[in-house]
Amino acid sequence: MNILGKRYLFFAISLAIIIPGMILTAMGLPLAIDFTGGSLLEIRFASGNIPPAAEVVALFNEMGVKDATVQPTSQDTLLARFSFMEDIDDATRAQITSGAVFAQRFNDEVTVLRFDSVGASVGKEVAGRAAIAVGIAAAIVIIFIAYSFRGLSHAFRYGVCAIIAMIHDVAIVVSLGAIGGRLFGWQIDALFLTALLTVIGFSVQDKIVVFDRIRENSNLYRKLNFETLVNHSIIQSLQRSINTQLMTVEFMLLALALFGGVTLREFAIILLVGLFSGTYSSIFIAASILVVWENQEWKKWFRRGGATPAPA
Amino acid sequence: MKRYRTLIFIALIVVLAALINIPNNPGIKIGSYERPIKTHLGLDLVGGVQVLLEADLPETTEVSSEAMSTARQIVESRVNGLGVSETNVQRVGDRRIVVELPGIEDPEQAIATVKSTGLLEFVDMSGITQQEALTLEGQVIKTDYGLEGATTPISPTGESQAPVSLTERVWHTALTGADLKTATVSTTSTGKYEVAITFTEEGGKKFAEFTGQHVGDVLAIVLDKVVISVPTIQDRIEEGRGVITGNFTYDTANQLAIQLRYGALPIPLKVVETRTIGPSLGQDSLQKSLIAGAIGAAIVILFMGLYYRLPGLIAIVAILIYALITFALYRFIPVTLTLPGIAGFLLSTGSALDANILIFERLKEELRSGKRLQQAIDQGWQRAWPSIRDSNIATLLTCFVLAIFGSQSGATIVIGFAFTLAVGVFVSLFTAITVTRTLLNLVLGSIKPVDPSQPLDLAKWFGI
Repeated sequence: MNILGKRYLFFAISLAIIIPGMILTAMGLPLAIDFTGGSLLEIRFASGNIPPAAEVVALFNEMGVKDATVQPTSQDTLLARFSFMEDIDDATRAQITSGAVFAQRFNDEVTVLRFDSVGASVGKEVAGRAAIAVGIAAAIVIIFIAYSFRGLSHAFRYGVCAIIAMIHDVAIVVSLGAIGGRLFGWQIDALFLTALLTVIGFSVQDKIVVFDRIRENSNLYRKLNFETLVNHSIIQSLQRSINTQLMTVEFMLLALALFGGVTLREFAIILLVGLFSGTYSSIFIAASILVVWENQEWKKWFRRGGATPAPA
Repeated sequence: MKRYRTLIFIALIVVLAALINIPNNPGIKIGSYERPIKTHLGLDLVGGVQVLLEADLPETTEVSSEAMSTARQIVESRVNGLGVSETNVQRVGDRRIVVELPGIEDPEQAIATVKSTGLLEFVDMSGITQQEALTLEGQVIKTDYGLEGATTPISPTGESQAPVSLTERVWHTALTGADLKTATVSTTSTGKYEVAITFTEEGGKKFAEFTGQHVGDVLAIVLDKVVISVPTIQDRIEEGRGVITGNFTYDTANQLAIQLRYGALPIPLKVVETRTIGPSLGQDSLQKSLIAGAIGAAIVILFMGLYYRLPGLIAIVAILIYALITFALYRFIPVTLTLPGIAGFLLSTGSALDANILIFERLKEELRSGKRLQQAIDQGWQRAWPSIRDSNIATLLTCFVLAIFGSQSGATIVIGFAFTLAVGVFVSLFTAITVTRTLLNLVLGSIKPVDPSQPLDLAKWFGI
């Protein structure tokens, strides 16, 4: 089985997902209050009759909250998003956050399921620190892999390839977030960030397992050409990748997505796709780029007329 | 023999973990060391309010660590007044304090409590002896400060009145914290600690007049209506300075000084984030996550048993031991379980499974290449180990970065996730090294072909 022979096909598949996703991302990610600041209130109406969104917005307006958006989240629950309420006095705010004002207006028993309120400065900081965290994690991983593979020639390449593949996974997950935002009203929140960071961790873990096989084989078969060696290593570790990723972790996440609480569904779906991407990219991106690098194939890209695009 | 020693070691750990996991565990008690053991559930699973407070000062102003610690201490004592158990007040980053109040549903009530400014009063306790006054220390008393129409002080005259209990009596407030300038710890010539206080100019005049009239009487120091200290006035105190003597250690003196100085918070705090999870949503999430976890686990067990046969069963035992130990550690350390925390646990379970699968795939390869069973086990394990080690170290490194990120920004969910994942990865490394390997050797070592001349039926036992 020659997997690496089709490497440009796999690059193309990844780009086909990432490019639209990145365009959507550039058009604006649906950032949640965790990053932008603001408030989120989810309430349940005991009767099961949720009032029309417009009426709820009107009520918010009367209370002095001018920028509320309201959407139903299930048969009997409503989700409202609005500003941080800095200019609202304590009594009014208490009326909103306790749900009392809705109970009164719509003559129903109202339970507050959750109320989150984040100041704008906190949000910006979270986003900034997250970027730094990812950057630091990536740097540490490159150093760690270069160290672990120090016995091989070009040990540094393994670290860089792992990180390129990791960026691929991040791009896939962010694309998913952007697409999910358009289609299902998802929001990029702190939980999304946690999922993303998990994907990064496991993505690297997976790359190391594949690279480890290359490391081992290159000591066994010293004369084999690099591409054949890598291809051989991929096939050897394929069964493990499929079993670990698809059969166990993905099943676990699928169960979480299907049966877990509402709060966890989005999280589980993102992990599901992200971890799959992590396995996919270990084989089809990380190992492939390693070969592209070894062969210095970019020298041929333009000579041939530039038929194949550069990998992400 | 070594194999059995490892086995006994594993058995001991399993028993210990099982003991820790027993519900309603009474906790550990060794001498004066006491530690309750229970599962700590996060706010998102039990419901409650989380408030993030930030120093309300310009960003360029440096906030002293000491002041933040004091603020945290004060906020904590106020929060304790709410009577909620398992509250958590922690400093995060340089200028923030996170307050977690499980079971509270109304965020405004929590915020009001946290933001309330402490009220410091100097209360006239003339008419009672120091001994009587001492019994009031730590008690809540009533004072006339701020009472409606309290223009004429309700001075207790003692004997003539019907005996009202000391805590029921309404005492007269002579001065309040507004009259105080500073309070510091100083030492007497004999090396004892005392608290030196300085009043404002106006406060000093009032204080001099009051002490002049009440030499020998008790002047109680009261914070938020709780009696902190009951010194006796020795002399008329001029110049707006005084000392509070008592049986102080440095710490108690310092604490009193802090309370006097900062009856109000040392730094203004503002609420920058509140999160409220209704109890029903929390329980719902917990229940559904548990169901999902059980279903996921069942599928995995089924798969492992069918695909890897005998080693698969060993893996399941190893994973159960892994889960037992991890959960015990969560209860013991303790690690607060939040929704992302549960996800972290499930993922580290995946990691533990991965370790087993890596070992078994190698084992199969070795068997296919015609190695003898014992040789195959040893080699399979040896070959799988570097990838298990390196990949898990990479995960641990990421966890470490995540934990720092979480604790700096006050994103507690990220900390919970990183922590549960890291603990899980550690335990999974341990189970891969010891449990899986020992069990493999033990179980497979005892398989003897019925007919010694026939080779082992690998297809049946290993699914090759």
